Amino acid sequence: MRASRTTPFSRVSAVVLGVLVAVLAYAPYAVSRGTQTQLVLLFCYVLMGTMWNLLAGYGGMVSVGQQAYIGIGSYGLVTIADQMGVPAVLAVPLAGVAAGAVAWVTSFLVFRLAGGYFAIGTWVVAEVLRLVFTQVDGLGAGAGVSVGAYGDLGPAYRIAVVYWLALATTVLSVFGVYLLMRSRTGLGLTAVRDDPVAASSLGVGVAGAKRLVYVAAAVGCGMAGALIASNTLRVQPESAFSINYTAVMMFVVVIGGIGAIEGPILGAVLYFLLERELSHFGAWYLVLLGIVVVAFTLVLPKGLWGLVAGPRRQVFPVGLTVMRS
Amino acid sequence: MTPLLEISGLAKRFGKLTVIDDLSFTVAPGEALGVVGPNGAGKSTMLNLVNGVLRPDEGTIRFAGTDVTRIGADRRCRAGIGRSYQIPRPFGEMTVFGNALVGATLGAGLRGRHAHRAAFEALERTELMSLANSPAGALRLLDRKRLELARAMACGPRLILLDEIAGGLTDSELPTLVDTVRGLRDSGVAVIWIEHIVHALLAVVDRLMCLTYGTMLAIGDPQAVMRDPEVVTAYLGHTVERAS
Repeated sequence: MRASRTTPFSRVSAVVLGVLVAVLAYAPYAVSRGTQTQLVLLFCYVLMGTMWNLLAGYGGMVSVGQQAYIGIGSYGLVTIADQMGVPAVLAVPLAGVAAGAVAWVTSFLVFRLAGGYFAIGTWVVAEVLRLVFTQVDGLGAGAGVSVGAYGDLGPAYRIAVVYWLALATTVLSVFGVYLLMRSRTGLGLTAVRDDPVAASSLGVGVAGAKRLVYVAAAVGCGMAGALIASNTLRVQPESAFSINYTAVMMFVVVIGGIGAIEGPILGAVLYFLLERELSHFGAWYLVLLGIVVVAFTLVLPKGLWGLVAGPRRQVFPVGLTVMRS
Repeated sequence: MTPLLEISGLAKRFGKLTVIDDLSFTVAPGEALGVVGPNGAGKSTMLNLVNGVLRPDEGTIRFAGTDVTRIGADRRCRAGIGRSYQIPRPFGEMTVFGNALVGATLGAGLRGRHAHRAAFEALERTELMSLANSPAGALRLLDRKRLELARAMACGPRLILLDEIAGGLTDSELPTLVDTVRGLRDSGVAVIWIEHIVHALLAVVDRLMCLTYGTMLAIGDPQAVMRDPEVVTAYLGHTVERAS
C-alpha cells in the first residue's frame, strides 16, 4: 500500500507547462510591445484568480474586497520604488508584503463576520481604503499619481522588464499555491473548507489556517496591483480600488473551475479573450459576464476545468491516490 | 492511578435551558465507559464539552493532569482526545484516505510515510481500505459512520469519544463494530461510548453511566446500572412495579 500524487497525465502536463513558460519567457524578443503589455494583464488575471481561488475555493471565504490589496499594491509600488528608491524588481514583492501586513491587521476585524456579512465587510474595507487614499495629497489624492520607477529605462526595455517580472511573479505564485496545497497546511485548509467543526476536532487550527490564507491571498493581490501599476504607469484611487477587480476574479474562478489550481488559469485565458472581443459592448458586456457567472454556478459548478478533469487527470495533482505497491 | 479524564461540576446552559447540570465523573486510562440515557438528555452536549467544541458555563475538565477547560478543540485533539460525531461529518470533497490522513497528520502530528501508514491502519481496522480513493461525500451512511471512527482512530488518541456509531447497523455488522471498539480499548485507548443499542455497550464497557436531562442518575457496573429502578424509569418514562 502506498499513496502517490503524480500520474502519467501530470508528468506530461508538467513538461508541457515548462515548455509553455519557456516560450512565454522568450516572447519579448518575438512579439510587439503592445502584445507584451496585453500579456502582462493576462498574467495578472491568472495571479488574481489564483488568489481568489485560494480564498474562496480552498479557504471557503468569499471575499468581495480583494481590490483593497490590489490598490495597496499599486500605491505600494509608487511609495517603495518612486519615493524610497527601491529597484522595481524588489519593489513588486515588497508591495505584496505591505498588502499582506494590512491584511493581517484587518483579518482580526473581518474574521468576526461570516458568510454574506464577511463578503460585505471585506468590500467595506476596500471602500474605506479608497477613500483614505483619495485624501492623501502626497500620493496625488483623487487625481492619482504617475509611476516613475522605470523612468531611466527606454520604453522597449521597460516593457520587457515589466513583462518578465509579471511572468515570474505569476509562475512563482501559482507554484507557491500548489506547494501550499500539497503540504500539511494545505490538507488542513481543504478540511476546513469542507467542515470547520470536524476539522477542528481532528487537530486543525481553523482560525490560524484561515488567517494564513487571507494574508497569502492579499500578498498575491498586492503584487498583482504593483504589476498593473507598472504596466499602466498611472495609479488612481478609483481604478486601483475598483470593484471591477472582484468581478474579474469571480469570473475567472467560477468559469475556470473553483477549488482547482488549473481553474483560474483556464478562466483567465477565457476572460482575456472575451474582454478583447466584447469590450465594445460597453456596460452590457459586464451584464453579460454576470449572467454567465450565475449560469455556470447553477449548471457547471465545477467550471470548465471540471468538465475535463478527473482523479487521474490533473495538471497540479494535490490529492493522494492509494495504490497497491 | 491518576484518572485520564476528570470532569467536575460541569454545567452548560443554552439560554434558560440547562442541558448539563453539575456533572462529575472520571475515566481511567484504558477504561471503556458506556453512556446511556433518553434522547435529549445532554449526552452529545457532554461529548462536545469534553472535546472542546463547546465551552462549559461552570466546572472544569482535566485531561492527563492538565486543565483543558479553556483550550480549543484542535489542541485537545493533538493532546489525545478523538471524537466521532453522531451525524457523520465527512470532508466530502476529499477521498476517504484523505479524510483519515487529516487525522494522522494534523491530529497525531505524523509526517510523510508514518502518516500514510497510520491512515492505512485506521482504514484497515474499519474495513474501508477498498473505498480509500472514493470521494467521502459519495459514501452511504454506514461507511460514513465507519469513516467517523477511522478518522478519530487515525489521530492516535488516548481517549476516544464515540457518539451512537452502532445506529443503523444490521445484526451481522454489529459484532464487527463491537470487536473494533473492544480492540481499541484493549490497545490502551480509553473510550466514552454513547449508545442506544445497549447490548453492544454491555459487551465492551467496564462501567456504565446513565445520564438524564443533564444529571447523572447512576454510574458503575454495567449490569447493576441497567437494573437500577431509576434508570429503568428514565428509559420507560414511568415507574416499573417489580414482582416480589
